[in-house]
Amino acid sequence: MSDANTAMVEKYRNNFLKEVEANVEEGEWVKMCMQCGVCSGSCPFGPHWEHPPQEIFMMIRAGKRDEVLHSDSMWMCTSCYNCIVRCPRELPITHIMHGLANYAHRLGIAPKMNPTRRFAKIFWDNITKSGRVNELSLSLKLYRMDGWVSFVKKGLQMAGVGLGMFKTGRLDAMALFTHKGIEGKKGLHAMLKKAYEIEDKRKGLA
Amino acid sequence: MAAEMKIGAYVCKGCGLGERLDCAQLAQIAQKEGKAQVVREHEFLCNADGVATIRKDIDGEGVNHVVIAACSRRSKVEAFNFEDVAVARANLREGVIWSQPDTDEARELTQEMAGDYVRMACAEVLKMQIPRGNPNHGSNKRILVVGGGISGMTAALEASKTGYDVLLVEKTGALGGMAAKLHKRVPDHEPYADPADTLVADMIKAVEADKHITVHLNSTLSRTSGAPGQFSADISQESGGTQTENIGAIVQASGFTPYDASKLDYLGYGKSPDVVDQLGLEELAKAANGGPINRPSDGKEVGSVVFIQCAGQRSDKDGELSYCSGHCCNTSIKQAMYFKDANPEVDTNVLYTDLRTPGNGEDFYRSAQRKGVIFTKGKASEVDGSLNVKFKDLILNEEVTTQPDLVVLATGQVANAGVDIEAVPQDEPDQWKANSGSVLNLVYRQGKDMPHLRHGFSDSHFICFPYESRRTGIYACGPVRRPMDIAQAMEDATGAVLKAIQSVENAAEGRAAHPRSGDLSFPEFRKEGCTQCKRCTVECPFGAIDEDEERYPVFNEGRCRRCGTCMGACPVRVISFENYSVDSVGSQLKAVDMPDEFDEKPRILVLACENDAYPALDMAGMNRIQYSAFVRVIPVRCLGSVNTIWISDAMNSGYDSVVLMGCKHGDDYQCHFMKGSELANTRMSKIGDTLQQLNIEPERVITHEVAITDVERVPQLINDAAKIVDDIGMNPFKGF
Repeated sequence: MSDANTAMVEKYRNNFLKEVEANVEEGEWVKMCMQCGVCSGSCPFGPHWEHPPQEIFMMIRAGKRDEVLHSDSMWMCTSCYNCIVRCPRELPITHIMHGLANYAHRLGIAPKMNPTRRFAKIFWDNITKSGRVNELSLSLKLYRMDGWVSFVKKGLQMAGVGLGMFKTGRLDAMALFTHKGIEGKKGLHAMLKKAYEIEDKRKGLA
Repeated sequence: MAAEMKIGAYVCKGCGLGERLDCAQLAQIAQKEGKAQVVREHEFLCNADGVATIRKDIDGEGVNHVVIAACSRRSKVEAFNFEDVAVARANLREGVIWSQPDTDEARELTQEMAGDYVRMACAEVLKMQIPRGNPNHGSNKRILVVGGGISGMTAALEASKTGYDVLLVEKTGALGGMAAKLHKRVPDHEPYADPADTLVADMIKAVEADKHITVHLNSTLSRTSGAPGQFSADISQESGGTQTENIGAIVQASGFTPYDASKLDYLGYGKSPDVVDQLGLEELAKAANGGPINRPSDGKEVGSVVFIQCAGQRSDKDGELSYCSGHCCNTSIKQAMYFKDANPEVDTNVLYTDLRTPGNGEDFYRSAQRKGVIFTKGKASEVDGSLNVKFKDLILNEEVTTQPDLVVLATGQVANAGVDIEAVPQDEPDQWKANSGSVLNLVYRQGKDMPHLRHGFSDSHFICFPYESRRTGIYACGPVRRPMDIAQAMEDATGAVLKAIQSVENAAEGRAAHPRSGDLSFPEFRKEGCTQCKRCTVECPFGAIDEDEERYPVFNEGRCRRCGTCMGACPVRVISFENYSVDSVGSQLKAVDMPDEFDEKPRILVLACENDAYPALDMAGMNRIQYSAFVRVIPVRCLGSVNTIWISDAMNSGYDSVVLMGCKHGDDYQCHFMKGSELANTRMSKIGDTLQQLNIEPERVITHEVAITDVERVPQLINDAAKIVDDIGMNPFKGF
């Protein structure tokens, strides 16, 4: 358990809902859920979650902090937005899921090996590095995520697709070396640093 | 009267009747067979000229019995409204041309059908008399309101605003009732976000200032007798005095008592003073008056509170309420706001299984959520003396315990409906005594209070007509009728008092109350023929018939609803109305031209309830849904008025089948007259043996429950009957 996480437990004790309201993006909506279950029923991944959104909201109200934040449920969200469209109370459920996932990640208690989390991290690092996504580098890192054996397997699997994209000019084979990114990368990095600072201060994560 | 009878028959040729039917032949039938002295055909009978033609004959020719062969009796009611004569209608439009195919092959059967309806109307009018109106009517228009709570005060104020004097009787020493005990109420206006002032004090002031309203506090009714327009009530004060007042109608707004929470010891009530019911919390909130609420045991400020919904209600446990009281979810939301508004840091948790927020409660619910009230779908099983609330979280599916500072039980409403007349029979006539448990203390032979409908709530026509009760001129409103909140009670009281006004206005003119509002006919009986069997007094759904010392029936015409159930019940057929009798229907069914056995033209008699089945048949005609041309329909006031003699008459006359169409009966009855269709059903179930003795197949007599919406089903039922006749063959009595 990271220091930030310990501090939270101390600070809020049973009042996890208030913590979520303060620190999770769109968290103030959680109390508005009326437990109709339409989100859980609408989610294409519904049967595969340990806790569908409705249940997550109830767990937050019940003060089940550890179970919620350690859960990989919100990481299962594919942002299809079906729940948002259907929620009769107009809760931004997708955003809340991402907010919870992000918050758990920032506290350092999100499930380490969760593939969504790992991919998100690769993506974030990739895009913030140069300010623009390096697609080839991103794909290669994704294939390598589970080790070199799987890297080779996946590479062979996708070889046809890659070749096709190369032929039609959709893939730059030299991008690993020639990718330039945006102008003023330094400015971007400074902005992100400041943003982290502000957020950490506000949420007491520093 | 009968000696001077002059029948005028009018055959309309409008709406396609002229093209589809041989109207000259119909006119001839009316003249020759129907014995009409004046017979006219008219191109368009319901227009000004047509109506004037009839009017002229009434005024100039002395026509006093009118047969109108045109559309259904339900159409053009205003045009053909001749109150000074007896009117019979032959339904040629909806009942004949609109329900039969317009083809050359069908022409003969259609004409036969129309001819029979003209014969029937002429036969009916011959047996009708001009209704005189109830001679024993009263014209007192003052309204007695029993109960001085929100419902009672609303009823009183609405009556006064409409221009009627009101007598308001309240059992306790103050007006206001249950609402006066509330800190605040659930809001009834935009934005439905916060608890609102009850405004009871203003209402009390308005009642006290109203010169049309006389208030009797600390008073109850110790004796009530009479009928609409002429009730008499003894108002007894707690101190002992009694005064007798005359009134025209009664609104019973006796309200509810909260369910006795001491029966809920498993939910901690009685084990700890910190377990209260909703009314108990109102008391605490009133004491706090907007400040933080303190708990009863040690006066500590409440930091967390759990509301347990459906405490002792919606339950199948013995002694608990099986129904939902409707207001409690909104009330708990309101009470949770008492805490949140005083201090947002208070943890408020509402344990519910199904949150139901009637009215605009959904906005109120959202507002509470915004304020941070937590709603947990869970079922509480136990609360101990230390306030450990054990419940099952139904979303997370686990047993949990929480320990708040205060527990509020949302218990239900129990109606103050007086004595259950099924369980407490009326006293013997000369030993009548007031019952302290009764609200009305009626001297009616049926019992001291209104019948209880279900779960001990007071009588009303719950499904179709909430303000019709089985005691004409007495109307229940508010939570005594069904569980409800303030907003609903106010609306309910307004409805009930308007019904009371309708009843006194009709009574003053000697007319019937709802549903035959304005009807001038009333039941009479031929004393020489009466066998004092008491069937009419017992079967009258409205307690309108008493007995005199010799056990002859005494009709309270004012209470009578003109359904004719007594007429259907009478085994010696001595009860009749001036324009509706055993004879008037009997001669209609006998007037039909009966083809003989070898004509292959069966005849099916339909006796259709005029409230539901007959309109459904009319609508079938309007929708051009066709049905068998062998049917002859006679509307009846209620299936309860069907005398079994009609069935045997029909069989003897050669009908091949008799179909009775009445309303749904049973617990969810839709019969306007409560018991009419049920009684008819019972009577018909007993007729089977008799039919078998006569060698007639019991399948020939069919009873159906029909709703007004069964527009497509009703023609099907007729065709089904025709099919049965096809299968079992013609009535063996034909031609005898």
